[in-house]
Amino acid sequence: MALLLILLPLLAAAVAVFIKVPALRVRVLPVTALVHLGLLLVVLRGWRELPLNAWLGLDALGGWVLLVISVLFTICALYAPSYLALRPDRDHRVFTVCLLAFLGLASLLCLARHPGVAWVALETMTLTTAPLIYFNHNRHSVEATWKYLVLGSVGIALALLGTLFVAYAAHMGNLEEPLHYTRLMAEGERLSRPWLRAGFVLTLVGYGTKMGLAPLHSWKPDAYGETPGIVGALLAGGVTSCAFLALLRIYGVVAAAGEGAFARELFLGFGILSMAWALVFMVGQLDFKRLLAYSSVEHMGILVFGIGIGGLAARFALFHLAANALVKSVLFLSAGNIHRSYASKQLPQVTGAIRRTPVSAGLFFLGFLAITGLPPFAPFISEFNIASAALTLGHPLAGTLFLLLLGGIFLTMSDTVMQVVFGVPSPQRVRTPYKDTFATTAPLVVAMVLALGLGLHLPAPLRAMLEAASQTVDGGPPATSAKVAEAPRGLALMEVRP
Amino acid sequence: MSPDFLIALTMLTNFTLVATSRVNKAIQLAVFQGILMGLIPLAMGLGKHTHILLLALVAIAVKGGFIPYLFRRALRQVKIRREVDPYVGYTVSLMLCAAGTGLSLVLAHALPLKAGTTPTFLVPAALATLFTGFLLLVSRRTALTQVVGYLVLENGIYLFGLLLVEEMPVLVETGILLDLFVGVFVMGIVINHIHMTFDSTDTGFLAELKD
Repeated sequence: MALLLILLPLLAAAVAVFIKVPALRVRVLPVTALVHLGLLLVVLRGWRELPLNAWLGLDALGGWVLLVISVLFTICALYAPSYLALRPDRDHRVFTVCLLAFLGLASLLCLARHPGVAWVALETMTLTTAPLIYFNHNRHSVEATWKYLVLGSVGIALALLGTLFVAYAAHMGNLEEPLHYTRLMAEGERLSRPWLRAGFVLTLVGYGTKMGLAPLHSWKPDAYGETPGIVGALLAGGVTSCAFLALLRIYGVVAAAGEGAFARELFLGFGILSMAWALVFMVGQLDFKRLLAYSSVEHMGILVFGIGIGGLAARFALFHLAANALVKSVLFLSAGNIHRSYASKQLPQVTGAIRRTPVSAGLFFLGFLAITGLPPFAPFISEFNIASAALTLGHPLAGTLFLLLLGGIFLTMSDTVMQVVFGVPSPQRVRTPYKDTFATTAPLVVAMVLALGLGLHLPAPLRAMLEAASQTVDGGPPATSAKVAEAPRGLALMEVRP
Repeated sequence: MSPDFLIALTMLTNFTLVATSRVNKAIQLAVFQGILMGLIPLAMGLGKHTHILLLALVAIAVKGGFIPYLFRRALRQVKIRREVDPYVGYTVSLMLCAAGTGLSLVLAHALPLKAGTTPTFLVPAALATLFTGFLLLVSRRTALTQVVGYLVLENGIYLFGLLLVEEMPVLVETGILLDLFVGVFVMGIVINHIHMTFDSTDTGFLAELKD
């Protein structure tokens, strides 16, 4: 059953290759997305009964991330047909196939119970997402794709070395294959510490490059700036979440081995650095798609910052993963609409969008308010709780910096966003036939409503899953195995939990 | 041939690579290093396992045969002979490479090896080669030399993989082969597209996107 989550999108991708009529081929996207989401909801009921030695299976953490990705993908897939209809000049075959393959590989990554399998999934994902960035086939998109591929491949190569180091750490402790995460975590004491630490640093740098943590984010503004909004949404909420999950799995092993404090310090450093770097490059940013890319760097920083604080903050970091993905999809898709309408994504050309595309511009503005942490949207809940956890759990300096940076980012981002949405319309703007329609805005409204709903109320099953997931992150026992739960080191790491 | 000799040759190749300005020579050196990668597991006596023998043969065939073929094709198209004006000069690169190699020795010293591991040079050589690849990637301008950098980086990972390949063949071999495939993929397709769009593989042209 769970295997279908991987096979269904890959099969749909294979089918899409052979469909000749573009209008029909595009319809494969929403159908696959909805079936995948439905299937996932069924499979998710069983996250508590994951066998310990399974190679593939959904636990709370993987299930949570895949749920986020599947919802995000559904929103993008519902939007895709109307968007691609606006781009009759481009061939959509490769685009559609790569989107579907991405969903299959994301499922493989979330189901993977072995660091090697997770690495293979992420590496293949890098290859399948490159053609998506190349969609526009012009000088700028070649440049963006080249940077994405080179930096992405180097990052993923470093992550491979890190994974091999962790495997060697196990080998030193006479622990041989199969090195499932559950086994590595349960036998954490036997892992060789120096190798584990070195392996963690390498995976942090490697997967951090894929996530786009500063200073390894330089592919991000180019890639997000030059792709269609729909790809930006999937990269910012999907690919980065996948890399984050792969990193969290290794962190879980490190934490279970008792080296969590060392890893959390690194997370804190990368988190603050990413937020500060994003803030600097947002100042005076005229290109609103690049602005969103820096916002993505910031939010990746928030994610690792939350994990770095640990305890309650780790749980809200996972919650933030969902909040960020939903709001980013609103922002990137509405930015894409505005881009279509003005045939530009630069500030002097694009001003006063609220008059020309009222719905898209309104959603863009709401998305901006949500992502910068205004209540009652979901990002507010996570950002507020991460900050308060930092201040109460013995990181007053980091917590203060975190709040200051959030405030600064709100101010700098609002500068550009206000002009785009409410500015005086420029006299030399270009007329384009694009008008907001139901099909190009309804998926965005759904995402916005979900972000609002998540901010007001988290349903009990999701809350239980999130709680179990944050325990796994901190190296605690998976909820499935009672016998591992007796091990004392699982408890020793819960010292920061309130 | 003893594996230590081959590993030492690999490290020497690193130094020559960062000091060379001719693209052609850099490619030849990368191919030479690639063939060394195929020979090292055989010299370590790992050839008795069929799967490792196959891995070594694939490494020799791809790194010593297919990749040079792709390089020659790309070179014919773009007519670049020299790396002009790298971001980091050759003398500085050489000194950085030496510093990196020294650092690798220190780092490897801090990482204990399992008792009975024979070529103890493997870990520092792997780290040094990784560092050299990284240096080439960030300090050179042309896409071709950057790809050489990626291949060298990959050789570093391969060398480390040899430590584990007997115990965890699936993990190591899938990783190495997939990485190799990515190298070829990046080379073959992207260089072609850059060439079509820019008529040059100088990635300096790829600098229109910035803040």
